[in-house]
Amino acid sequence: MAKILRRERLVPNMHLIEVYAPEVAKKCKPGQFVILMPDAKGERVPLTIADWDRERGSVTSVFMVVGTSTQKLSLLNAGDEVPVYVGPLGKPSVIENYGTVLCAGGCFGIAAIHPIARALKAAGNRVVTLLDAKSGYLLYWEDRIKDLSDRHYVSSRDPMFQTKGYISRGIADVIGEEARIDRVVAIGCTYLMSSCSEATRPFGIPTVVSLNPIMVDGTGMCGACRVTVGGKTKFACVDGPDFDGHAVDWQELFSRRKSYFDDEIRSLCDWEGRTFP
Amino acid sequence: MTDKKEIPAELKARLKSAYDADWRRDLRKAVPVKDRMKIPRQKMPEREAGDRNRDFGEVNRGLDAEAARAEARRCLDCANPQCVAGCPVAIDIPSFVKLVEKGDFAAGARKIKETNALPAICGRVCPQETQCEEICNLGKAAGSPVAIGNLERFVSDYERTAGEVFIPEIPPPTGRKVAVIGAGPAGLTVAGELAKKGHKVTIFEALHIAGGVLVYGIPEFRLPKAILRSEVDYLEKLGVELRMNFVVGRTASLDDLRKDGYEAFFVGTGAGLPNFMKIPGENLVGVYSANEYLTRVNLMRAYEFPAYDTPVFLGKRAAVIGGGNVAMDSVRTAKRLGAERAVIIYRRSRTEMPARIEEVKHAEEEGIEFHFLTTPVRYLGDETGRVKSMECLRMELGEPDASGRRRPVPVPGSEFVTEIDLVVVAVGQSPNPLILQTTEGLKAGKWGNVEVDWATMATSLPGVYAGGDIVRGGATVILAMGDGRAAAAEMDAYLKKP
Repeated sequence: MAKILRRERLVPNMHLIEVYAPEVAKKCKPGQFVILMPDAKGERVPLTIADWDRERGSVTSVFMVVGTSTQKLSLLNAGDEVPVYVGPLGKPSVIENYGTVLCAGGCFGIAAIHPIARALKAAGNRVVTLLDAKSGYLLYWEDRIKDLSDRHYVSSRDPMFQTKGYISRGIADVIGEEARIDRVVAIGCTYLMSSCSEATRPFGIPTVVSLNPIMVDGTGMCGACRVTVGGKTKFACVDGPDFDGHAVDWQELFSRRKSYFDDEIRSLCDWEGRTFP
Repeated sequence: MTDKKEIPAELKARLKSAYDADWRRDLRKAVPVKDRMKIPRQKMPEREAGDRNRDFGEVNRGLDAEAARAEARRCLDCANPQCVAGCPVAIDIPSFVKLVEKGDFAAGARKIKETNALPAICGRVCPQETQCEEICNLGKAAGSPVAIGNLERFVSDYERTAGEVFIPEIPPPTGRKVAVIGAGPAGLTVAGELAKKGHKVTIFEALHIAGGVLVYGIPEFRLPKAILRSEVDYLEKLGVELRMNFVVGRTASLDDLRKDGYEAFFVGTGAGLPNFMKIPGENLVGVYSANEYLTRVNLMRAYEFPAYDTPVFLGKRAAVIGGGNVAMDSVRTAKRLGAERAVIIYRRSRTEMPARIEEVKHAEEEGIEFHFLTTPVRYLGDETGRVKSMECLRMELGEPDASGRRRPVPVPGSEFVTEIDLVVVAVGQSPNPLILQTTEGLKAGKWGNVEVDWATMATSLPGVYAGGDIVRGGATVILAMGDGRAAAAEMDAYLKKP
């Protein structure tokens, strides 16, 4: 059992969860993830590590409520325990001094990109950040991200922001404004990551994405998370989660992500019916 | 695959002195050999096929006391018993069988537990027909061997249900710490053996329930989870500590554990890497590895979805590729989850199938179709990326290959397409690479396995031993347990060195 130290709603449907897991906190590196179960009947949910406090022994993630297990998780509070909290899983992101790196994040990816941007900054890179939010009220952690950025942008469809359009447009704009971009790291939903990869492809800028396929065990045992990268099948949980965004078979990932769409709705309706009669 | 060893002199002497005991002599005299040979092999009671293939309740019901004693009476109590040589964990089979004949079932269970900490599991999943029962003298003399496996199951079930579980006396703590990596059959065996020697054993397990393949792989209808749980409880009573949700190599490295004071290590991380055939369409939605399919159903209990959150596809036309026990477990699972047709696609013929005879028999009774000499060449999907059909090729058997089995050769022009909506690829597993990738100095073998000295189960690192599927690739539960026993003896000696 792992104790929840904090669970708060950051923006609608997006929650932060900080868990007491000293071993994970001691070992984790940017780009890695944990798997947790909200209760004994839940799914094993992979969450990217967004931050950690080695002294406090805590690990923080941000998740979006999508199905039953994340819904259950959003209803837990400080002091509650989760039966499964395992990690750090996956290979850490490769952090080097590349020159200028554009870190692009949206949705839960804003939190996920945070430790990577921080590490890239510490490694001597000029760090440019681009956050995407459909509307201004969905943006969170902007101050934290801005603080570690040499330059910071937001792409949004909200009139309150100057840059109009989706993140792919934002990337093109940033590339136009910056003298050079040596590398792009993009994290968010599958659509966001594929869009970012398409946006950088014409410029030939190496683009790293952190893939989020469906997982079960997270240790390479089941192969649920297989993705095709450069024509080869990879297991995202052990070979990734970071991959070359220009080599990923996005269509396959889209359809595999949607595998249980109907089941997820059925599960959620069933659980809500039982829980909130 | 049998791994028969010569009976060591020490065991031979022990068997001889047990054989010479007065009660054994009296029992031998009580029933003449020719009468014993007339007793038919007692049938394992089973749930009716049309009833059991719709749920996950256990198929075999187990012998009752009367049948068990009758079965034990068939054993000739040979002066020179062969059966023991066929047992990877060297159970004193004649002694335990004769204790059953005598009616002292609890003592029979204790006898097995001297060398095997998990009898209720072995009695259910061991391929006895290629081990102890294959070389049983009665089998040669009367045509059918003593049902040793069914008796093993009987005594351990008796012990558990009678609440007579015996906890052996543990010697005073040695103060030495042992780390067992992986709570599968090999690791559980090592833990039990070393706890009985007074060492402080901690098992580190990546998943949230102990058992390894016993919990994620073998279905409830073949090995109820409650049985596994009580075997694990027994280990905890021996003083074994379980650290769940701990991935050695990620949560902490083997070297970190060494710094924490662990002195001896056993790597039993299993064959947790599913093999695929690398044919087109294998990543379509609806194509599973057997590991994923079975893990969803067994570990995550998808068969109780939506009471449990984890879903699994309920195929109407399910094809399982492969001919081993994992394939049988998968196809029988698909049937239970409502498949109208659940089909085995196997590239060789029936004789070459590696599955246990009992599993094949049960599968056939339950309405599983077998398509031999057939192999898929590609899977075809619909516009949403879901599998809808597969193209297969007919095979014929050619010359024997390295495994001694006749090699399947494609028949040109024999391609055909058949509609399916669920595929489970059960063509074997390879050793999980995580521990090798994260442990410096641990030597790998040819197939990505951890290399050991077979005489000692020692790896290239001092104090680090390994066994089970991480060493063998995909083998059996009992061979893993045999490795565990061999390694435990060596580890005990290693820890006792000054």
